[in-house]
Amino acid sequence: MTSWFDHTINGLIIGNIYGLLAVGLALIFGVSRLINFAHGSVYVVGAYVGWVAVSVLQTPFPLTLVVVVALTAALGIAIERFGIRPLADAPRIAPLLATIGLSFVLDQTVQILFSPDPRSVPMQVPNWRIEIGGGSIGVLDLLIGGIGITAASALFAFLKLTKWGWAVRATALDRDAARAMGVDVDRVNMIVFAIASALGGVGGVLVGMYYNVITPTMGFEATLKGIVAEVVGGVGNVPGAIVGSLLLGLVESYGVALLGTSYRNLFAFVLLIAILVLRPNGLFASRRQLPPEPMTGTFVAPSKPVRVPVPLIAAAAALAIALPVLIENGYLIQTLTNAWLYALLGLSLTLVAGTSGQVSLGHAALLAIGGYTSALLASNLGWPVWLTLLIGGFAAAGIGTLLVSPAFRLRGHYVSIATLGIGEIVALVILNWESVTRGPIGVAGIPPLSLFGYDLYDTNAIYWFAFTLMAGLALLQVRLLGSHLGRTLRAVRDDDVAARSFGIGLNRYKGLAFAFGGFFAGISGAFTAHMYSFINHETFNTQISVLALTIAILGGMGNVGGAILGSLALIGLPEIFRVAAEYRILLYGIALLLLVRFRPQGLLGTV
Amino acid sequence: MTASFPLPSSESPRPLLEARGLVRRFGGLTAVGGVDISISEGELVSVIGPNGAGKTTAFNLISGLDRPDEGSIRFGDVDITGKAPEAVHAAGLSRTFQHGRVFANLSVADNVLVGAHRRLKAVKPAWPIIGPLAELALALIRPPSVKAEEAALREEVREILAIFGERLLPRIDQPAYSLSYANRRRVEIARALASRPKLLLLDEPTAGMNQTETAEMLEIIADLKARGQTILLIEHKLDMVMRLSDRVVVLDDGKKIAEGAPLTVRNDPAVIEAYLGHGGVGAAADPASPAPDQPVRLSA
Repeated sequence: MTSWFDHTINGLIIGNIYGLLAVGLALIFGVSRLINFAHGSVYVVGAYVGWVAVSVLQTPFPLTLVVVVALTAALGIAIERFGIRPLADAPRIAPLLATIGLSFVLDQTVQILFSPDPRSVPMQVPNWRIEIGGGSIGVLDLLIGGIGITAASALFAFLKLTKWGWAVRATALDRDAARAMGVDVDRVNMIVFAIASALGGVGGVLVGMYYNVITPTMGFEATLKGIVAEVVGGVGNVPGAIVGSLLLGLVESYGVALLGTSYRNLFAFVLLIAILVLRPNGLFASRRQLPPEPMTGTFVAPSKPVRVPVPLIAAAAALAIALPVLIENGYLIQTLTNAWLYALLGLSLTLVAGTSGQVSLGHAALLAIGGYTSALLASNLGWPVWLTLLIGGFAAAGIGTLLVSPAFRLRGHYVSIATLGIGEIVALVILNWESVTRGPIGVAGIPPLSLFGYDLYDTNAIYWFAFTLMAGLALLQVRLLGSHLGRTLRAVRDDDVAARSFGIGLNRYKGLAFAFGGFFAGISGAFTAHMYSFINHETFNTQISVLALTIAILGGMGNVGGAILGSLALIGLPEIFRVAAEYRILLYGIALLLLVRFRPQGLLGTV
Repeated sequence: MTASFPLPSSESPRPLLEARGLVRRFGGLTAVGGVDISISEGELVSVIGPNGAGKTTAFNLISGLDRPDEGSIRFGDVDITGKAPEAVHAAGLSRTFQHGRVFANLSVADNVLVGAHRRLKAVKPAWPIIGPLAELALALIRPPSVKAEEAALREEVREILAIFGERLLPRIDQPAYSLSYANRRRVEIARALASRPKLLLLDEPTAGMNQTETAEMLEIIADLKARGQTILLIEHKLDMVMRLSDRVVVLDDGKKIAEGAPLTVRNDPAVIEAYLGHGGVGAAADPASPAPDQPVRLSA
């Protein structure tokens, strides 16, 4: 029984830190109707500022906190001013995409400045532990608890007692009315971002001291946990976010106690999906309550798609086919093979997110399902690779659609959160289901690509195979868009309420979109697995999901040619210019930010 | 069609739509408090009332966008109470929306074709379980039957758009977002007509239209009625209501305060009071502005 006390304390402490994140997310959502994916990155910045203060400047603990609060608040103000405010009139999903871009930029900047290696934050409080019953509480535990309670009370007092607190609450209730009554809504946003970011930064320092380790990549997980806690408590509900955080901390802590550390995140994401499906308005909303503002408004900027003349397409295709003969450059050919495979992923996402309006942030999971299915069937059962490729495609289509189906009833931001969570669940299942997936070791020695009984080792042969697959499937997608399904999916995207009123069942058509797109992604993942002969749970990570989205946006949402062009630009160009890997992610983040801000319709226009 | 259902022994035929005792509350506010609405085949019934009277809420309850807290709705032989909008539509009911909900990025033709979605048969076989996959396969393969169906519908779209004269036909391939407000309302009506509904619900079809356009719309609705289309209409322009309606239902404050022939309703004291403002202290014409002694307002 000893451990249960410790697990409870541990759960509450972790919950407290999640709370510092979730409260900030809830505040920001309240006034901006925005889920801030850059929040975890601010927390990382907070952690590293704390590290610099303690390790380099040798500041005492209170001063460390002051420095962290000041710098992260300033960062929050900058994010609001330059990242979010210019997008006030854009579709709701635009600022969300911008925060994803920002998180890439911030995380990579930290990584470039401080190296990806973990660092330890020296604990600045004595390591005394107080024995209670069977367990113990440390000074740091009490400190974290104290800071959590103090921050919550200060925030409560601010919101209830000060003029700006009233302005924040008024803006959250009705932005336009608040503005009409003379509230400076922009300043309210700025204040909220400053407070939220400062709370997140403090969370970063505390977690660094608590676990005694910080890494530049921990921000993404922190964002996810904050979002889970926020969704549990009801998006935008500040007290709800605190309760949700503590609950999440306890669920994780007990889950770890029962099953082990590698299951920690699985519990969090299963909780997320359960809440989204069963109580999308959070635990504390009444069932019959109308959902808050329907967060529709897809990221499809009205534009006239560029009509690329057919002869030009034919010429480009001919050039693509002739290229290996014309140029003897294995590296270029390999790079382009990669670009064709990413184009398949881009085609998949441009159909799901662009044509159908379901902005999926977990698309890499489809690659993983296709890749693992094909790799395991070919390695374990010795099935021919052309067959396992096909099965990989169908597996991604079937399993992917089945997994996402609970989220079909969700709209707007909630779809993005749900797909993100489902994507994480797939990765965690792959990691933990060792008897099948070989766990963290991954699958090595995957049989090479083969066609008609011949193994393909030749770079050029693989290139032609990839290009033919991609071009063939792209034509199939063009045919789909030209059928009644094209207009039906776009109708679902533009106005799902009106679509339903004309007999378009959302489950059926969202399911078809995910299945069709899932097939493409599955093939792409399977091809990649056989080409590299090795995959593990990290081969297809969330960065690839975001990259896929950037490809789709760059090309023009829903635009088939755009997805191919976007992939060539984002995969081909950095490779050809030999941009170092860490700068590449930075580049993707900046590309996403600039696109959302200056060319939401992409290169070839949305369809 | 609807004529097949057994007629009751009484001489008046059973109405096509029959909503009884509809109640919908939003928190403390009762938007619709026990309203009965019925309409028989071929009839044109108008629902009027001051702003906030509950007209659109009643429409949402009937069309399945919202679920009533109490009451029942029967359409033909089907009980559609609390059914999803797609099920209500499948029963034969199509609607337009008060503020216009066209599919902004779709062309005019595609908007109208979406209206005919329910009528797709060749490409959408009604097979259980594998139906969706068959639909996907047929859409990609496009056998002659599917092509013929699509071509016939496209021809029909032109016929429907021709109802609006030269307003929409020249813009058939333009995206809906590029249309004027009035034209978007017309597209919505065209989309609803493409479904060949047994009952057409029109929510303020002339909102935002000038006098000429309103007169044109009146002609179109009159024409639809003459062709036997059953129509339930929400409208603020009383002049139009008086000229078109077989029957008028007046709502105020979520309750039905009058019903009958246009002229009878027009002279009903309760209706005049609802439209010209209440005299009594504490009774408000509009729940959103509960000042008891506000000056007399004309909302129609």
